[in-house]
This record gives sequence, C-alpha cells and structure tokens, in this order.
Amino acid sequence: MALVELRNVSKIYHLGGEEIRALDDVTLDIDEGEFISIIGPSGSGKSTLMHILGCLDSPSHGSIRLDGTMIQSANARELAAIRNRKIGFVFQFFNLLPKLNVAQNVELPMVYSGISGRERHQRAMAALEQVGMANRSQHRPSQLSGGQQQRAAIARALVNNPRIIFADEPTGNLDTHTGEAILELFRQLSSEGRTIVLVTHDPEIAAVTPRRIEIRDGKIAEKLDLTLAGLSPRGGRVPHEVHDQEPGA
Amino acid sequence: MQLLNTIVAGLKEIWSHKARSLLTMLGIVLGVASLVGMSALIKGMENGMKESMVAMGGADKVLIREEDVPADQEHLADQAPGRTMYDVITLKQSAPLVRVVSPEMRVDAVVSRGDKATWPGECVGVWPAVLDMNLHTLAHGRFFSDIDEEEARAVCVIGTGIRDELFGSPEEAGREIIPLGEIIQIRGQPFTIVGMLTHYESEEERREREARAKAPQQQQAGPQRQRGWGRRNWAFWRKNNTVYMPLNTAYIRFRAAGDRDGIPDWRLSDIDIKVHDLSILEPALQQARNVMMVTHRGIEDFTFQTQENNLDQINAQIRNTRISGGTIAGISLLVGGIGIMNIMLASINERIREIGIRKAVGASAFAIFSQVLVESLAIALLGAAMGVGASYGMVKILESITPTGNAPVITPLALIVAVIFSAAVGVIAGLFPGFKAARLNPIEALRYE
Repeated sequence: MALVELRNVSKIYHLGGEEIRALDDVTLDIDEGEFISIIGPSGSGKSTLMHILGCLDSPSHGSIRLDGTMIQSANARELAAIRNRKIGFVFQFFNLLPKLNVAQNVELPMVYSGISGRERHQRAMAALEQVGMANRSQHRPSQLSGGQQQRAAIARALVNNPRIIFADEPTGNLDTHTGEAILELFRQLSSEGRTIVLVTHDPEIAAVTPRRIEIRDGKIAEKLDLTLAGLSPRGGRVPHEVHDQEPGA
Repeated sequence: MQLLNTIVAGLKEIWSHKARSLLTMLGIVLGVASLVGMSALIKGMENGMKESMVAMGGADKVLIREEDVPADQEHLADQAPGRTMYDVITLKQSAPLVRVVSPEMRVDAVVSRGDKATWPGECVGVWPAVLDMNLHTLAHGRFFSDIDEEEARAVCVIGTGIRDELFGSPEEAGREIIPLGEIIQIRGQPFTIVGMLTHYESEEERREREARAKAPQQQQAGPQRQRGWGRRNWAFWRKNNTVYMPLNTAYIRFRAAGDRDGIPDWRLSDIDIKVHDLSILEPALQQARNVMMVTHRGIEDFTFQTQENNLDQINAQIRNTRISGGTIAGISLLVGGIGIMNIMLASINERIREIGIRKAVGASAFAIFSQVLVESLAIALLGAAMGVGASYGMVKILESITPTGNAPVITPLALIVAVIFSAAVGVIAGLFPGFKAARLNPIEALRYE
C-alpha cells in the first residue's frame, strides 16, 4: 500500500462566478521512502496539490489516503493533528519565527504535540545535529545566513519524525551554491529512508529526484515535457527512469 | 502541559512588547484603581455615617420633633403648646411601650474657666435617662441625683472635649486631668463638675491617635494651631463637647428668668424616646402619638423621627453613590478592555504569518485561539495586579485631600470584584481577536507579506 494515495482529486475555486479548476481529477501514489519532485510552472496547480497533500487544504472532490487514514473528510482539528505528527514542511522563505531562537523554532511542532520540555530539547538538538546546525541552536534566525535558516527549517520539519516531508521551492531563495548544499541534504535524508516531496518550477532542481511529476493546468502531464528534460541533463543527473503517469484510477 | 506552554508563550509575547503592553494595561490599571478607590471612598462614607449614627444614640432612638401644624389646623397654630414636661410625664405614665423618655432643655451658653472659654457642642438640662438615650458612659464621678434635680443645684457633667478646652488635653498636659470638684462658669454662673463622660472617637481617630502616640511628632514651630473640626467626625466632636446639667437647673437658672422676650419658656428643646424593642416600634409610636394628641389637645405640632428613616436614608445614599460610582469605574474598565481588544487585533495582524507557520506545523485552531486569549487575559490580570497596587496609592492621595473624617477603606471584596471584572474584560476582549486568529486560513496566512 502506498504511503499517499490520491484518487480523482479535484480542487475548484469560484472567483466571481467563474469556476477555476486548480486541480482536475488528479490520481497519484507516493510510496514510502520515495524522493519525488512535483514540477510545473507557476499557476499550474502544483502548490494546490502540495497544500492538499500536506493537509493544509481539503479537496473539492476525490479521496486522499495518507498513511492508511482517509483525510478528505477530516475536520480542521484532525488535519492539524495530522500535519503535526505525519507531515513536515520546508518553505521557500524558511518561515522561522523571528522571536524564537533556532532551538525553540525546531521545538515548535513538539509544543503542539504535547511533548515535555526536556524531551523537546533533546530531540531538537538531535535534529539540528542531523542538519549540521547544532552549534547555532541559540542563535536568532536573523543572525543566520539563508542556507543556515533553511537547515534549521529542515530540522524543524524532521523533528516530529513525520511520514513525509514537503519542500516548497526550498532553494528558491538561496544562491546556487547554497541551494545545491540544501538539495544534497535532502538527498542524504532520502537515502536515510525519508519520504520527501520537492515542489519546484525549476527542472534543474527536479532533476535531483529519481521520480518527477509534471503538473499542467491542474492535471498531471501525460509525459514529461521534453524541453524540460532537455534542459536538465547535467552530469549523472539525467533521469533514467521516467514514470509516465496513467491518469485515472 | 500544553496550557502551560501557551501561557508561557503568551507572557513572552507581552514581554517582547513591553511599552505597548504597558500602555494597554494602563487602561485596566486605571479602571481597577478607580473601581477600588471609589468603593473605598463609599465604604469610608458608610462607616462614617454609621458611626455617627451610633454616636448620636443608636438605631432605636426616636426623636419627637416640633413641626408646623398641618394645613387644616392652621387656625390653631398659635395655640400649639410645643413639647413640654407635661408630654414627658404623660408619656412615662401612659405609654407603656415606651421604655425611656428623655427630655432636653437646651441652654445657649459659653462655658468658661479663668481666661479660657468655649462654646460647647451642646449644653442641655437633662434627666439621668439621657445616658441611656444618647449612649453615654460616665467615666469619672457621678451623674445627677434626685436631690440635684429637686434643688436645681448648680452641678454639671462634662465631656472630655470641654475638659480639653478648659483644663488641657492629655496630649498637652502629659497626663489625664480629671477636673472633678472644679468650678466652671456657664453663662457666667458657677457650676461644680461632678462627673466626666468617657472619650468618644471614631475608629479612624483612634488609629490616628495611636499612631501619634507611637511616633511622637516634634514640636511644630510657631503658635499652636487647631486643625479645625472640619476634619474630625462632627458627631463625635459634638458628643465629646457636651455639658449636661439637671433639667430643673437649666429651667430655673436660664429659662425661668425669661429667656424669650422676658417670658419664662418652659418648652423643651427635645424629647427623645426609646421603645422596648424595635419590632414593636410601630405600635409604640402609635401609642406615643395617641398620648401626645391628648396632651396637645389634638393639635399635631409634632412628628416622630426614627433612626430607621435615617438608616434608610444613609443606605439609599450609599446605594446611589455605589451604583453611579461603580458604573463610571466599570465604564473605564470597559474602555480598558476595548484597548486590549484593539491591541490584540493589531498584534494579530502583525503576526498573520506567524499564525500560518504555527498552523502549518500542527497548531490547532483551539491552540491559536487559546494563545490569543491567554495573552489578552494576562494583560488584563497584570493590569489588575498593578491596579490593585495603584489603588492603594490612590486611596492615600484621597485620604490626604478629603476633608471629612470618613477615611476611605479598601475592602477585600472590592479588590476581588475588581480583579474578577478585569479578568472577565480580558477574556471578552480576547474572544474576537482569538476567534479571528483561529479562523485564519493557513495557506493564505503563510502567503501573507
């Protein structure tokens, strides 16, 4: 059984009487331990897909099963609990709380899962160790570079041992060199068995992952855009296995 | 555990905006201070009034007052007899429900000794019943005997205030002077002091006096100054500045020689009665009225004034003051609450992104709601705590500027009510912002710049 099963998921917005299909009948499976990228130009619906996968939003139609739980009918409180325990987020703008230091930021998800202070601190330090930020635990986010902030954010995403991590343009706000280091960190986490979903508009970044899904006009594209694929080859990163997505269940 | 974290987070948030939080709290601080100060003032007033009432003779004292005749007896007005000993004796004989009858005959007189003179608070001829009537306690010597009364002897019983004026107060003399056997002049006539009443003082005066005794003040430069009796409780001042003489003495020495345009005036200036029990007050007064209607030949030139009326008046006055004062203080607390709500709304708008992040990492709507609520409550409670402190300062200020002897008294009840009320204000002020924050869509909140 796949970790995430999307079946015929649609998300429809109504803007001034006009119906906008941000997601149109998407069916998708993500297995445990996969390292997968969702790629598509802005406005393609990839963010909506990530929000639904990440339990930030509910679909208009269709069903989602995450780790054996059906979540399309969950209420806000249940969604919050699922986000808390099963999902980690990494954002383009890091989204660390400026008033808290790094360790406190990393502890934040555990605060909402009711873990005792001492254990919170231990686990936060362990997570920071994993991303190589243990020596910065008492710094404020404003005292860190972008790459360091993103590492702290990754530690925060890891700390509650989620089943799946979503990274939304994690390198979008970083220079190439730092971005590569962050991608390297993701690859390393993937090799440790984490399930990671990378959301990006940049094919070069998508090229890091073994499996790619392209979203176009709210649908999963039949085939990977050749121009996209053509842009990406560099060194050994050329994707060998391209999963052609079969629409429909 | 989670609640504790929420509280800590809320307090940190307040701490990180010290100036803003302090300004917000100020509304609550002032609200609480005015609520507590107001109730302290009212309590002081109430204490003063009740003490005065007891000093004037207690709740069961009934004054028989002279009054203009009713309109339908207008033509009989010049035959109105006024209150006389005829009434007193008839009441004693024919109104068994009346326990004590105390006639008083006032004498307008200066009391003097050597080069010192004073106007007494009251200088009256009385029966010994006056001790029971006005709740006097004889501290030294004796009261008047039947022979004093019979022979209209020139003897008097004085209060400590008169002693202080004519012989010197214990503070000045360094010891208590008991002037028994001394002779003083009442309107120029020599009277022998046979007794002295005890010293009466209000709670506040007692405290003041004890404080002075504990920490003696150094002698002030310049002449001795009277602090003026405006600051003292009038009822106690009057009670201490009493000069009593036998009723017959007052009549024969001051009235019989022609007090009113050369005509002897045998009218009494007061008749006070006490009934056996307050529960039979109504029938007793009816009885007394019947008796007096006979002695006054049907001319109703008198009325009964009970302390109950007085007490009702005091209570009504207190209630009115309390309602209006409480309303004003309540409004200022409410304004403080609006200030909190305003600040909480602003702070939420500043923190939309933070709320989005918290929600993304798994904060439930309730967790966000309670965080805002706790912050709002914490501001209100901190403000209330500071307000309690401020109210003590405010009462000190009020104490020094109020001219009455009714010192404001802070009651624990007022403090509790103020704190509970501000807590309620804090919660209510936090409800709407909390609700607003909790309802934020995490996606939009994360996108918010």
